[in-house]
Amino acid sequence: MTTHVPQGAGHLRTDETPPERPASQTDQSSPDAKFPGALVWADERVGAAKGLRFALKKVFPDHWSFLLGEIAMYSMIIALITGTFLTLWYVPSMGHVVYDGDYVPLKGVGMSEAYASTLDISFEVKGGLLIRQLHHWSALFFIVGIALHAARVFFTGAFRKPREINWLIGVVLSLLAIIEGFAGYSLPDDLLSGTGIRAMNGFMMSAPVIGTWMTFFVFGGEFPGEAIIPRLYIAHVLLIPAILVGLFVLHLALVVVHKHTQYPGPGRTNDNVVGFPIMPVYAAKAGGFFFVVFGITALVSALVQINGVWVYGPYDPTQVTAGSQPDFYMWFSDGALRLLPGWLEFTLFGTVWSFNIFLGSLVLLPLVWVVLGAYPFLEAWVTGDKREHHILQRPRNAPTRTAIGAAAISMYLVLALACVNDILAIKLGLSINDLTILFRTMFFVLPVLVFVVTKRLCLSLQRHDRERVLHGNETGRIVRTPEGRFFEAHEPLDEFERWALVDYDTPTPLGLTQGPDVDSRGVARRRGPLAGAQAAVSSFFYKDAVTAVTPAELAAAHHHGEHDALESPSIPQLGAPVNDSTGDDDFSEGHGSAVQAPTHHR
Amino acid sequence: MSSLAARRRSPLALLMLLFLGLTFTGTAYAALQTGAAPGTSAEGASQEQLGEGRQLFLANCASCHGANAEGNGEAGPSLYGVGAAAVDFQVATGRMPLPAPGVQAERNISQVHFSDEQIEALAVYVDSLAPGPDVPEEQWLDASQGDAANGGAVYRTNCAMCHNSSGTGGALTRGKYAPTLMGVDAQHIYEAMLTGPQSMPVFNDQNITPEEKRDVIAFLKSIEDGANDQGGHTLGSLGPAGDALFAWTIGILAFIGAAVWLGRKAA
Repeated sequence: MTTHVPQGAGHLRTDETPPERPASQTDQSSPDAKFPGALVWADERVGAAKGLRFALKKVFPDHWSFLLGEIAMYSMIIALITGTFLTLWYVPSMGHVVYDGDYVPLKGVGMSEAYASTLDISFEVKGGLLIRQLHHWSALFFIVGIALHAARVFFTGAFRKPREINWLIGVVLSLLAIIEGFAGYSLPDDLLSGTGIRAMNGFMMSAPVIGTWMTFFVFGGEFPGEAIIPRLYIAHVLLIPAILVGLFVLHLALVVVHKHTQYPGPGRTNDNVVGFPIMPVYAAKAGGFFFVVFGITALVSALVQINGVWVYGPYDPTQVTAGSQPDFYMWFSDGALRLLPGWLEFTLFGTVWSFNIFLGSLVLLPLVWVVLGAYPFLEAWVTGDKREHHILQRPRNAPTRTAIGAAAISMYLVLALACVNDILAIKLGLSINDLTILFRTMFFVLPVLVFVVTKRLCLSLQRHDRERVLHGNETGRIVRTPEGRFFEAHEPLDEFERWALVDYDTPTPLGLTQGPDVDSRGVARRRGPLAGAQAAVSSFFYKDAVTAVTPAELAAAHHHGEHDALESPSIPQLGAPVNDSTGDDDFSEGHGSAVQAPTHHR
Repeated sequence: MSSLAARRRSPLALLMLLFLGLTFTGTAYAALQTGAAPGTSAEGASQEQLGEGRQLFLANCASCHGANAEGNGEAGPSLYGVGAAAVDFQVATGRMPLPAPGVQAERNISQVHFSDEQIEALAVYVDSLAPGPDVPEEQWLDASQGDAANGGAVYRTNCAMCHNSSGTGGALTRGKYAPTLMGVDAQHIYEAMLTGPQSMPVFNDQNITPEEKRDVIAFLKSIEDGANDQGGHTLGSLGPAGDALFAWTIGILAFIGAAVWLGRKAA
């Protein structure tokens, strides 16, 4: 084995015996002949072969939802490349100039150098407008990709042990991405972005006691000052991207360390990964996908205007435009401000306390990410599950989690839509006041509704899966028996299809697994201070769970079904789940054997 | 030519001709009709014109505004001092006579049932009751003489907070709204600034001089002529809302479509 692969520099140093000669003089008959000279050269100096071998042998499972994260990754790369181009022309300065460029409707208007240089990029630099639009569109797609990827990870339970830390890194990455986005769209210093900075200024000022000091620190004095654009610029092009890329590399490294998760399917277990190795298949696919993403982004950027800064004019603190919205990822916070009632601002101890702003910004923004980051640990606490999980869950098989996720998304959407209440009002011919009342109500009502409906849907889908596993698919073929009875013939699932439907397990509520509070000798069981709460939440999560079909149940159903169809008057397919196995399991039919693997590795 | 001539007797030709005739006449009529002539005022109006205006007023306006335009409580305000400009703006844009009570009178050119002469007569009559702002002179309506850049600055300071920096309008409270300014006649833009219809404040000549009003008109006309349309489709000039809608529908569907296609592709 070792003779087939060059061993690298470390091997040369540690080995007593001289290693076999690497193929520097290539001999067609030697096993090393297939390695290009350059690779051998590199391996002899830095030991590249070992790492490459490890990397190229990585196996990735195939599923479209695994590509959502790649949309984010490639969009980030596009944003990095186009952003570098923009820095060559953008002037991060609030110095005052009078515009004398190509765009006639702004000729002779006073503005900052930042805005003037953005106009120059748009109208005078060759290809500048396309690159600017590529940068902004890829930034939007970056965050859309992150949101979808996070949703995929959440709803499939991919954040469970051992991936909690990677989930946390992802949560931080998503926060950094939106801060990066905010800093980026604030740079042109047009009327819209200046309004955004003014809002940020207000957010900070709403902090009790320290608010004013904080804004003076960040803005270098009164708003707007001359410092904020250069400061945002260095955050946007250096500070945040450096952390973002660093954490992103860590994020990917952990994916390699943990190995990729996979959806349940035939032959897939917690101990293997079924898919294609990086070389050549996955590299071709992923590399190709980069060009697909780049192509779509370029097409969109060429055809659709984004953030036409010339529309807004230069920033002036005395001006504002109707329809001022941030980019979509900041909507939920802006929306919260529009929904919070005005009476939350009051005067106490001679100071104004602006809780109407404070709650929707400085409280809400961190809270969302804290809740996101805490969720895996909450669920681990609730399940008491210490095992590793590499097989993903179908969303229906974790009904409470799926319902919580859907409810949280609905809550987020209500806030986000509240941010465009003025545009909704004018486009739909509605009253903005009515919309505010509607959104305030929906913020509380909709998550509850969505939770209940989603959970019921998941449970129904699970029951449907059970039906299919136990009784097969309906065929639409009506059979008449010699006695004159009718029944619909059901076709059993094949083993491959069945696997995906039964490969999951459902935790039992903790309260039911811990035994009685007092043992037979009258000694109370030791309980932690939160044990009661833990049992209650656990019961909330899992008390009405639908469990996967066991091999015994399946065997019983087949046994039962065939006899019923011939002898008993009832039609078994419509009955309750078949649990009344009589024990005389008839495995000789061979139907049940395929489902044994997944459900028994507890 | 011969083929066209051969078809001239087809029954469809008549329909086609009728259709084209009606379309062009209607369009041209709507395009040319702007209401009262520039400079319309009660001064120098003939007795005959005033009489016609009074007849029109009694037939179309008096039920809400009162027989002498003194107002009628909640039904309609007094028109003393609104001037010829206000009458021209309201009637020539189809806002008045109000077709139905609502939160706000809507601009509706197809709803104008008066000729320019009739509108002028109405304007003169109402102006004669108590003088107010006149219909602006021609020289202040010529966008080509205005400075669009200065107009933009004036517009952003005074108008953009309601009408949006791209002139596409915006929402106000309780279902009211600032309408779009795209496709609005220069004379009506000027009159709106001068008279402050409905929720709009008055921008008199001390606030915004006639020259600046002309600049604002020039700015709005430059947008109409496509000054903002750089870099592709504007998505309705809705700002980040339009971008978000696009990103979360067409944009992301394209990506997911590609991902699904790639995921299904066998190795």
